[in-house]
Amino acid sequence: MKFKETLLATAILFSAGASVSAETLKWARAGDGLTLDPHAQNEGPTITLQRQIMEPLVARDMRGVLVPALATEWDPSDKDPNVWVFKLRQGVKFHDGADFDSEDVVFSLKRAMSDESNYREVLASVVDVRAPDKFTVEIITDGPNPIMPNNLTNMLIMDKDWATANDAIKVQDYEGGQSTYAAKNANGTGAYKLISREPDVKTVMERFDGYWGVEQFPMEVSRLEYIPIQNAATRIAALLSGEVDFIQDVPVQDIDRVVDADGLDVRRTSQNRVIFLGMNQGDTDLKNDNVDGKNPFADVRVRRAMNMSINRLAIQEVVMRGQSEPAGIILPPFVHGWVPELDVVQDPDIETAKALMAEAGYADGFSIKLDCPNDRYINDEAICQAMVGMLAQIGIKVNLDSKPKAQHFPLINNLESDFYMLGWGVPTYDSEYAFNFLVHSKGEAYGSWNNTRYSNPEIDAEIESLASEIRLDVRDASIRKIWDQVQEDVLYLPIHHQVLNWGMKSGVDTIVDPEDSPKIKYFSFK
Amino acid sequence: MLAYIIRRVFQSVIVLLVVGLVAFAMFRFVGDPIENMLGQERTQEDVERLRSKLGLDQPFVFQYWKFLKAAVQGDFGVSYRQGRPVAEILIERAPSTLELAAVSGTLAMLFGLGLGVYTAIKRNGWVSNLIMTTSLIGVSLPTFLIGILLIYVFSVELGWLPSYGRGETVTVGSWSTGFLTSSGLKALILPSITLGLYQMTLIMRLVRSEMMEVLRTDYVRFARARGLRESAVNFKHALVNTMVPVTTVIGLQLGSIIAFAIITETVFQWPGVGLLFINAVQFVDIPVMAAYLMLISVLFVGINLVVDLLYFIIDPRLRANGVGAH
Repeated sequence: MKFKETLLATAILFSAGASVSAETLKWARAGDGLTLDPHAQNEGPTITLQRQIMEPLVARDMRGVLVPALATEWDPSDKDPNVWVFKLRQGVKFHDGADFDSEDVVFSLKRAMSDESNYREVLASVVDVRAPDKFTVEIITDGPNPIMPNNLTNMLIMDKDWATANDAIKVQDYEGGQSTYAAKNANGTGAYKLISREPDVKTVMERFDGYWGVEQFPMEVSRLEYIPIQNAATRIAALLSGEVDFIQDVPVQDIDRVVDADGLDVRRTSQNRVIFLGMNQGDTDLKNDNVDGKNPFADVRVRRAMNMSINRLAIQEVVMRGQSEPAGIILPPFVHGWVPELDVVQDPDIETAKALMAEAGYADGFSIKLDCPNDRYINDEAICQAMVGMLAQIGIKVNLDSKPKAQHFPLINNLESDFYMLGWGVPTYDSEYAFNFLVHSKGEAYGSWNNTRYSNPEIDAEIESLASEIRLDVRDASIRKIWDQVQEDVLYLPIHHQVLNWGMKSGVDTIVDPEDSPKIKYFSFK
Repeated sequence: MLAYIIRRVFQSVIVLLVVGLVAFAMFRFVGDPIENMLGQERTQEDVERLRSKLGLDQPFVFQYWKFLKAAVQGDFGVSYRQGRPVAEILIERAPSTLELAAVSGTLAMLFGLGLGVYTAIKRNGWVSNLIMTTSLIGVSLPTFLIGILLIYVFSVELGWLPSYGRGETVTVGSWSTGFLTSSGLKALILPSITLGLYQMTLIMRLVRSEMMEVLRTDYVRFARARGLRESAVNFKHALVNTMVPVTTVIGLQLGSIIAFAIITETVFQWPGVGLLFINAVQFVDIPVMAAYLMLISVLFVGINLVVDLLYFIIDPRLRANGVGAH
């Protein structure tokens, strides 16, 4: 077939390529970045695209390890535990030739903290940002913050003068009437500079020869074309026909097809995202069940029984076609605080589960509505369908209600769902993030995604202590204590860690980023 | 005639207003845009603040009123998804949909009329039978399946045509066109076949049955008896008389080619307004959905008006009655 020959030819071409290459990489993914304004949308594909053009102070490499970017060193101040000091990289240029210095950092971080910014909450503990000199920045927090650098990996730095000149000082505002120059244009210090952008069509970037890291990174891609292709079949067809070189989301049913095609590879890694079910265990009665005056989920024996009735290996094999890692905890494996003994997968044990149900007074089971998204996670609806059969074994009749994500998440957040599916990734790579959102009682500053109505004052206090505990051993002990309690109480029913599958021409050489956020400067050609 | 037009325009405005009202009443069921607009780290306070800022906490009638007030001044708001003015986005996207619709509409009309006439005249030839049988595929296969089938044959297996996008485009003024480059023309082939196939078979079948009806009438027989040439009988007498119902259908189909390009555009990642609308629905981008729906209803209403006016030209009897009545 013709396309295979072309691929072979390209592969040979790649292998012959020298280190100073002029290679175009056509990179396709289901969704486009929504905007180029670095503080307007805290959303995966958006940040991934922006990261090629702009940089944070501290970044993560393709393995998720914290590495210096625009800052070279960072430490808590000797004088004041509430201050972090960042030494900036010198001699860095923006794409338009302007020099990078502390003024740009102060401007960008303050912009990220403004009311319209999507990153306000990530920097909620920051009181002020100041620049003692041209290449030093101090971040002042409302208490000691041991993991401040982890919160900065998505805070991309803009040029202050460029933003001022183009009326982009404020984060783009949905109310309208104001200039949205920064949504379609960008001036960063990143390895690639923006050449053109047509939203939902194509974004073209070119290698920035003035990049500070030209010597440190492969940077073999000289021209980068980012092309959103929504329809999965079309995306696969574009890869098979050689029209694109790299696609980020290979549907599980198409993996074999891509692997079998000559000149194409699929590479995988487990993703920084775990899929689980949440149960309303706080209310005295549930709206969506058939039990009057009582809440079956409030009884830990019921939750334990449910946990035992889930056959995670069967879900992995049948629903996910092997593309998942069964989970015992709602924390991705590379996140700080994860230990193997917490992630032990519960074996299905229907007899014990039935006994537990009987002990709790639900020998005849009960019925409950399960809310499930159908366009958010890999095979989300199919997982929920499997759950219906598994829970039926212990007498729980599950009525599945699956909806698009735009309707699913409001159900959770408006506390209208009693039993729901959720997936979670930890961008800071630290357990505290998961605790703040999923375990702490729901309130003003904490627990905004904890809709289990679980509330344990002792655990809440422990979680709050993590934010300012600078003795790392004490902090680690607290983290372990909280996870043990979460596991003990069966707060959530973990299902699996998602697995990422990247499809590419065999000539493209890269590892798979656990956050599903390729950094093209690390790509090379074989 | 003028009174007729004025009356129709007035009716059209009412239709538009009702469409808008229904649309705004429906938006609440599509989902909550706030979820998509704020990241997962947002607090309840952020949610409330943005909701009241956008006026989403008000009854839909108020939201609709606010939209209408701004819309009559040409302001359709800012897209929640892209953060850019909706009018700007629509202007950017319209050329690709219109070009696709024009090509597939033209193909559908030419082949539909031609093949319809042919199969009506050569009723029992084997070519006619073959055309009729294959046309069944066009009406019965769903659009997305035809699209994917074409992609697999012509892009993946044969490697002749692109599987996605518009190819290279040239911008003339604010209009980006794919007609001027070879990759742009190549990119048009598969989507326009996909989009036009159903319309073509529909027109063809309609022309054929209308034509067969007319061919049986007395005046055609008389025309034949007068010894007129076969082509004159078929085209001057028969075809023209089939055009009234055919025009209605072609007109309405032209509207639906634009409105229902959604599926074709999604399959081929064609950057038109249909794809924009799908994305807007998924994101609950209310300003874009509202503007799109209004635009499509303007289009349908406009096409209907044009079709009605065309009747006057095609059918002299209507002209006499129309003027007489008013």
